[in-house]
Parts: sequence; structure tokens; C-alpha cells
Amino acid sequence: MGYYRAKKIFILVLIHTFLMSVALSCLLPFFWMVNVSFKSQEEFDKGYVAKKAFSPQQLEELLADKIVKEAKFNRKFLIWNISTEDMLMVKLAQSRVEDRDKILKIWRRTRDYGLKPPLSLNLSNYKEVIFREKFWCYFLNSVFYTFVTVCSIVIISSLAAYAFSRLHFPGRNVIFYMFLAAMMIPLPAGFVPVYVLLNKFHLVNRTGYVLAMTNVGLSLSIYLLKTFFDQLPKDLEDAARIDGCNKLRIWWNVGLPLVAPALGVVIIFNALNVWNEFVLASLMFTAEELMPLQVGLMEFSNRMVTQHTLIASALTVAALPIILLYLRLQRQFIKGLTAGAMVG
Amino acid sequence: MKRWSWDRFQNFSFIFPALVIFSIFYIYPFFYTFVLSFQDYDFISTPKFIGFSNFREVLTDREWWSSMYNGAFITLWALTFQNILAFMLALGVDRVIRMNKFYRVVFFMLPILSEIIIGLLMKQLLSSEPLGRDIFNRWITNLGLGFFAQDWLGSQRVRLVTALVHCWKGFGWAFVIFLAGLQNVPQQLYEAARIDGANAWQVFRKITLPLLTPVIALVLVLTILGTMQAFAMILALTGGAGGLTEVPVMRIYNHLRFRLAGLACAEGVILGLILIVVSFGMFFISKKIREKYGVLPS
Repeated sequence: MGYYRAKKIFILVLIHTFLMSVALSCLLPFFWMVNVSFKSQEEFDKGYVAKKAFSPQQLEELLADKIVKEAKFNRKFLIWNISTEDMLMVKLAQSRVEDRDKILKIWRRTRDYGLKPPLSLNLSNYKEVIFREKFWCYFLNSVFYTFVTVCSIVIISSLAAYAFSRLHFPGRNVIFYMFLAAMMIPLPAGFVPVYVLLNKFHLVNRTGYVLAMTNVGLSLSIYLLKTFFDQLPKDLEDAARIDGCNKLRIWWNVGLPLVAPALGVVIIFNALNVWNEFVLASLMFTAEELMPLQVGLMEFSNRMVTQHTLIASALTVAALPIILLYLRLQRQFIKGLTAGAMVG
Repeated sequence: MKRWSWDRFQNFSFIFPALVIFSIFYIYPFFYTFVLSFQDYDFISTPKFIGFSNFREVLTDREWWSSMYNGAFITLWALTFQNILAFMLALGVDRVIRMNKFYRVVFFMLPILSEIIIGLLMKQLLSSEPLGRDIFNRWITNLGLGFFAQDWLGSQRVRLVTALVHCWKGFGWAFVIFLAGLQNVPQQLYEAARIDGANAWQVFRKITLPLLTPVIALVLVLTILGTMQAFAMILALTGGAGGLTEVPVMRIYNHLRFRLAGLACAEGVILGLILIVVSFGMFFISKKIREKYGVLPS
């Protein structure tokens, strides 16, 4: 192995270590979340309280007073089954003096912190969160808002994008630039007038929310679809027109299938946007039956501050579907989310 | 030919739904913000015109400027730490061949998830007794870094920790943009440089960095805009921590909840103006830099 090869491998190892440590920092919290979600609050707390009670040094002092009996040191038992200090004390008391250091070392290595596998695959947390705490309702609400908003955005924006790209009417460019400008100008308090407006029109309900969220994704979707339409040849549409299709049918039967790849990006971008939206929803929906997942999650965690395992399972319920969907459709997700950035 | 014919009208009807929604939920609110910011409105009584007193109240409000400071503090961390981390990760992933898909998937997972989920999850890990369980402290103690353990969400550290959590959530997004930029750099340039005997640092300094200037400028502007307007994660993580991590948009949100719509609008107008000025300034600076290094804008 030559010098250059060794240097190359060394650099690769360095890079991988760096990347891997960041990747682990991203994954560990979620592993913890899923793991703890299967534990009962008691199981989670028991390990916690007992371990908080003694530091290892205190434990050693305590041990000095114990009468030592002869016993076999069972390593396997220690690794997986110490959930309380009591059992450790018994084990230590039973073990030979020479083994104690070893036991304490192993104990330190196997303390819980929510990273140890749960005693059993206990689904009662999920049952409570989903059925008693109405997460099924929040979840369906989120699905409803997302689905309806994305459908209306797709239809409205593709109609408009088709018109901006292909059809002629007075004021076309002016209106298009207006949509463009809307994307560029930051409106940090945009939700304030919209909320006041919805209040005035008595639209603080599902319809109002869907309409307001439709507007949020509209400009970007129109822009993306318009640029995509611009790149397509017009021949197919001309053929359809000669065959006697009217404009609406050309849009539906020729235009939409042609922009399907861009539609995927639009759908994912907007679906994530609506699914993760919090501000407007939390202002509008105070009734539980109307809350989407994010608002329900926030309320729930404010109500159940000390129920850590319940919160962990609620978080899992909210996060896991998105993570799984993301793993299935990575490419589209990455395209969808960076599309918004690339426009500016 | 007539300017408006039946045919033209048909064409126009294609954008009609978009235009209606856009007018009602964007154009009208846009101007309504300015109107409201001169009014006192509490959703019950009729709005009262009160001139500039909302603006005067905001501009002289110590807490508003401290929330601006908090926002700027978090933005500064996002601009430097988050983007440098993202850039280094992108350089690394661009270089390795094995597992680069894995890294990309993992790093981009956090931007996908909602701010509320991230905020609540980190609150679970970071908060200490009696409400929390010090999970993170106990992890690092286990790694032998016990001296480092502290009350992360206590008043001493909370602003910094919020900024770091924000960076943690956001770096994946900057990473993907940087990576796309790096992969667009033509390989011939690297080959030519290698033949000319350039070392790694020279290649980076003379090829990678100049070619990526537009991308970097874009990411910086978007980071400023995004971070100054982010607040749901902070609300979930600290709830404002008694003003210590209150960011401008959180203040606007709370004022609206207290039915101070006019004040909230005035704050929104001020923040919006500041953001526009800052982002235009950034574009201007990046244009100057590009001109100086002779890189054509792409």
C-alpha cells in the first residue's frame, strides 16, 4: 500500500466519522422517541428515580457496609435486567469483592436513559393517545385539510399556469408578475390580516382554513407549473385542437398528463406545507374536533407535561407516517422542498 | 382584432379562480395590514383610527427590540454555524461514494418534520427536573462528559440552546442546496486544475468557492428570511422562556391572541420592512462579490 493510498483512506475515514456523527445526532432522538413510546411512565420513571438516588460513588460507600456473601457473578443477568438500584445492590452484595468493580462498570454502561429496549411491546400508550386523547381525530383532520388544500391548489394552479403559458388574454404578463412578486416579498405577519379577514367573513372554520392555505401555496405552484409548461412542445395540443377538443379538455387530457412530473413536486411541497402548518391553525381552531395534528400535539403536550412516555408516543404518531412516506419517496420530497428555494 | 373577445374571455376564465383567491387572501390582506396598523382593533368594537401611535408603541417598546435581538442572535448562529456545518457536510458527501445516499436521506429528514415535533422532542430531551428527565445530560454523562451537563433550558443557556436546536433542524435543508450546487460544478474544471498541479486548498479556493457564490448568497438570504420568521419550534421548545427566547413573530402571534390586531400589524410591517432591506442588501453584496471574482451570474 502506497503512501497516497494510505492518505486517501485516512481522509475517507475522517470524512465518514464526521458525517456519521452528525447522522447519529439526527437519528438518536428519534430512536429514543420510538423506544420510550413503548414504555409505561412507571417503567420509564423507575429506572430514573432509582438511578438519581445514588451516584456510583455513593453506591460504593453503601456497599462497604454490606455483608458480603459468596455468589456467582452472572454477567448476562446484569446487562439486561437491572431496572432498579435494589437489584443491583442485591447482586453486588452477593458478588465477590473482586467482582464488584466489574459489576459497577457494567452497570454504568447499561444505565437506561430511554435507550434500553422496553420490557415488552406495550401498546397501551398508543391506545390512550389515539383513542382517549383523540389523536385519531387530529390525524383525520390533518389528512382532510392536506388533501382538500392540495387538490384545490393542483387544479387552480394548473389551470392558471396553463393559461399563463399557452393562452392569450389582456394583462397576462402583468398578472403573472404580480404572482411572482407575491413570492418575493416577505410577509412575516401575513397571518394577522388573514385571521382578521376570516373573522369578519365568519369563515373561522374548515372552509376558511382550506381557502387561506390554498392561497399560501398558489404562487409558487403556478410559477413551477408555468415554467414546466413553457418547456413542453405545443404539437400535442395543436393536434388535440384540430381534433376538436375545447380548451378545458386540452388542459385536462393533454396538459395535465404532460406536467405530471412537476405536479408531483407541487403536490409534495404543498402537502408538507399544509401538514406542518401551525400558526393559522392554532389561531383558528380552539375546538378539538377541528384541530389538525400540530395544534393537537401542542395542546396535548401542554396538558400532559409530566407524562413523558405518552408525549413520546404522541410524537411518534405524528412523526412516523411522515418519516415512512419520506423514506418511500425521498427523491420527490427533496425536489419538492428545494423547489421553493431554487425559485428565489 | 378586438381586445376582449369571447375567446379572450374564455382564456381569462382559466386564471379566474386563482385570481379570486389571490386577491382575497393576498392582495387585500397585504394592503389591509397597513390599514390595520394605523387602527386599534380588538375584534369586537369597531376599528378606531389612531394614527401612528401603534408604530410609536412598537418602536419604543423595549421588549420588541429585545425580541428582535433574540431573533438576530438565532439568525446569526444559523448564518454561521448552520451554514458552515451544512457546507462541510455537503463537501464530505460530495466526496464519499459509499453511503452518500444514506447521509442525504438522514440529513434531510429533519427539515421534513414539523417545527412542533422537533421542538417538543428536544424539550423532552433537554428539560430538567422537576418536569423533565435530563435525558440529554444523562447521555453525555454516560459518554464521560459529565462535567458538561447543565440545565440546558435554564435562563443561562436557553437562548444559545434554542439557536443550536434551530440549526440542528435547519442544516439539512442548506445541505441539500449546497450539495446540488457542488454537483453542478463541471468536473473538467477539477481535472484541469489537477493537471495544472493545484492542491486541494487551491482547488477549493479558486474553483469551488467562486462557482458556488450564487448558491451561497441564495442560502444566506433564505436563512435570514426563514430564521427571522420561524417561531413554532421555539414556541414548542421554550414557550418564550419569559422573554429570553421570544422572537418577533412570536410576539406578533401573542399580541394577536390578546386581540391587539393593530399592534400586531404594526410589528409585522416593521419586521417586513427590515427583512426586505436586509435581503436586498445581501443580494447587492453578493452581486458585488461575484463581480469582483469575475463569475458570471447564473
